Amino acid sequence: MTSRGFSPTGIRFENIEKRYGGLAALRRIRFEIAPGECVALAGRNGSGKTTLLRIAAGLVCPSSGELTFPSAAGASAGAAPVTSKTEAVRAKPSAGFVAHATMVYDELTAEENLLLFARLQQTPNATERVEKLLHEVGLFDRRSSLVRTFSRGMRQRVAIARALLHEPSILLLDEPSTGLDPQGVGWLAATLRQLRDAGCTILMSLHGESEISMLATRAIRLDAGLIVADTRTGAEVRSILTFADA
Amino acid sequence: MSLLSSTTALLGKELRTEFRSRELLTTTVVFILMVIVLFSFTFDPTYNESRRFGPGLLWLAFLFAASLMLQPCFLREQNNDTLSALRLSVSDPFAIFLAKLIANTLFLLFTEVLMLPIFAVLYNVPVLRVLGQLLLVFFLGSLGVSIAGTALSAISAQARMRELLLPLLLLPLLTPVLVASTQVTVGLLDASPFLEWKGVGFLVVFDVIFLTALWLFGEYLLEE
Repeated sequence: MTSRGFSPTGIRFENIEKRYGGLAALRRIRFEIAPGECVALAGRNGSGKTTLLRIAAGLVCPSSGELTFPSAAGASAGAAPVTSKTEAVRAKPSAGFVAHATMVYDELTAEENLLLFARLQQTPNATERVEKLLHEVGLFDRRSSLVRTFSRGMRQRVAIARALLHEPSILLLDEPSTGLDPQGVGWLAATLRQLRDAGCTILMSLHGESEISMLATRAIRLDAGLIVADTRTGAEVRSILTFADA
Repeated sequence: MSLLSSTTALLGKELRTEFRSRELLTTTVVFILMVIVLFSFTFDPTYNESRRFGPGLLWLAFLFAASLMLQPCFLREQNNDTLSALRLSVSDPFAIFLAKLIANTLFLLFTEVLMLPIFAVLYNVPVLRVLGQLLLVFFLGSLGVSIAGTALSAISAQARMRELLLPLLLLPLLTPVLVASTQVTVGLLDASPFLEWKGVGFLVVFDVIFLTALWLFGEYLLEE
């Protein structure tokens, strides 16, 4: 996809807890994702997948616990405990985040959206990078159309392009195939495969088995905020992803 | 440099989205126009009477219009969770506030300048001779309204009763700005116009204090 210039970074969750008032969204979450690993999160609605992804992105601060980003070289990008939400955002390495919402502006065109975020992220050669991504997501011909005129699948493509703008070393995806047609899912799977093979760490939440879930080398199942299964064995990974909702 | 470039990019986004939707400007212009026209029929605005109640009426209309304008400021960032995208993209979260408050000040100033000739005609108040000073008061007052309003908009956008919360917090907080702006405007519309520096000084101090507070603590208002 691109000549990737990042150093692979992992994610370490150390006894992460998240409470919303009396409700525990995440409990005693402790696992580490190695640099370059592709992990699928599975679980029913409300099991804590989105909260975990938002904590990893630095958007939500855990109620307790530590979040660190060890690099392949052994150094820790965010080694200090994340004790405030502001620190959580600052500690994050270059992460790309695709949320359930598209995180793009309806009143801007696809090109304007990507250029805006490229400038905010100080992406080098922003115009060329945006053009290249628009070609890759298949929206170059519609680059001057307002996003509000797009279908859900097209918006999702813009969202994915936005997350890839700065060539992230960590990619966090919350149900990334939402709204995508089979061709879109195929394109996304190919893109993620390229990124995974280039050393990008991927953590994604999924429902059911798909072309995208086949990329996962590890699956973690959450239930009521707890990790109830964590495996790297191929057959078990498929099993977790297939029956997570059951 | 990063703050400046981020603010410029975000300000461009604010202006572009507003001039495409015209959501805020339309609401504000229509509201102020209605107040000014309605009150011009209710009273018999002779020159002396206009000088007495005109400034208060004008600033009250500006304040209520601003509360309408400020409501969607952060609320529309929630539609597609774009605020999260901004938080992940900017290195200094103050850029988000700075762009929004500059945009709000510009929109408010634009509306005020548009309404001023209508006010002058309907209320028989000469404004040309003090136009420069009036614009200064409009700028300082609008800046104060925008700084406090943008901060409170960020707070209320995450609250449950957000439509009620913003005016409840905003109007008492901005009463000093309203009083100072009205007093300075009364002096400028006097038969022998004068600039009340005390009022101008108060507006400057208010703006500086609230801008500094927003710079120091603003990022905490964006947290989930």
